[in-house]
Amino acid sequence: MNRNELIREQVLRSSGVNPRKCMRCGKCSGTCPAYDEMEYHPHQFVYMVEQGDIEALMRSKSIYQCLSCFACVDRCPRGVEPARLVEALRLAVIRQKGMNRLTPDDIPALLDDEMPQQAVVSALRKYAK
Amino acid sequence: MKVSYFPGCTLRTKAKELDVQARACAEKLGVELCEIENWQCCGGVFVTARDEIATKLSSVRALKAAADAGRPLVTVCAACHNVVKQTNAAMQSDAEFAAKVNRYMAQDKDFSGEYHGEAGVMHYLELLRDEVGFEKVKEAVVHSLGGRKIAAYYGCMLLRPAGVMRMDDPENPRIMEDLLRALGAEPVAWPERNECCGGYIALENPEAACKRSRSVLESARNHGAELLATACPLCRYNLAKHSEGMPVLYFTELLARALGVKEDAE
Repeated sequence: MNRNELIREQVLRSSGVNPRKCMRCGKCSGTCPAYDEMEYHPHQFVYMVEQGDIEALMRSKSIYQCLSCFACVDRCPRGVEPARLVEALRLAVIRQKGMNRLTPDDIPALLDDEMPQQAVVSALRKYAK
Repeated sequence: MKVSYFPGCTLRTKAKELDVQARACAEKLGVELCEIENWQCCGGVFVTARDEIATKLSSVRALKAAADAGRPLVTVCAACHNVVKQTNAAMQSDAEFAAKVNRYMAQDKDFSGEYHGEAGVMHYLELLRDEVGFEKVKEAVVHSLGGRKIAAYYGCMLLRPAGVMRMDDPENPRIMEDLLRALGAEPVAWPERNECCGGYIALENPEAACKRSRSVLESARNHGAELLATACPLCRYNLAKHSEGMPVLYFTELLARALGVKEDAE
């Protein structure tokens, strides 16, 4: 098994998603509030993971734009749950040494007087290991 | 009635009023919020990956403490509620995950036996609806909100994933509107009440958070709202930053005013 296949297996296992359930209706991308920020959209994540096209997704900034709002998860007529795939791919990247998207050292410059702790802990949980 | 209570980190810092108001209103309605000891931050977001264990242990500790006390675990913050409830569901439905968690927790001297999702998890809004009852809340109102037009904002965390959260219909919720009606307000109907405010993207891509929040606010304004009510400190932060004069308040603030436990500060 090559590296791409290994990561694909890991992504499928940790997300619990079966991309073959997808019927390509595009509703996930249609309802995604981060659609405009993404190079690859939720339905493309599903298709590309199914096809084994993993490395392009891992290099893409799209994995950091998902809001984890679960709109795509709840509105998918086939229960594919694309947001779980995005999360598993992001983890596949940031679990590598030196690949954190955000570090505690970055935080002071991002703070303002009103920002709640919840924003900081959520971002660190999404963008750092 | 006594319930176990998990305040969460933001309710001790930037959103102290959410905690203070929730406690005062609960007391007035005959419910005691018993804060669990040594609670830890829930992490703000639930990591959906099944092989993420350590990031979910703080929720498991809180849940176990509530189960040991024989009480439901109540949260006010929408994010804490989402994380704790999703963790509880994973402990019930994913045997491999639960086994790994319990092996971790066996090292913890305060954690006796195993945990498999026995605790009930309830948001404060559910406490008001299902345990106190909105009729009783209505009877306790001393300063009616006087027909003010309020947009109830759910965002994501209270409702999704619907199969786990089970608070209300995820596409047509009414729990917050029903509460606002009991307080004498006139909730407005508006389409973006269950769409995301931008959440934590405020740190990664502030322009995207701004676009999202403006879209939500515009939807509320276009449907006649004078103010917006939320249960989430992060929603409040994102929305208030871009609200251009529309007040964005915690639902507990409105509850506290109506029940007369807090004077009008607006």
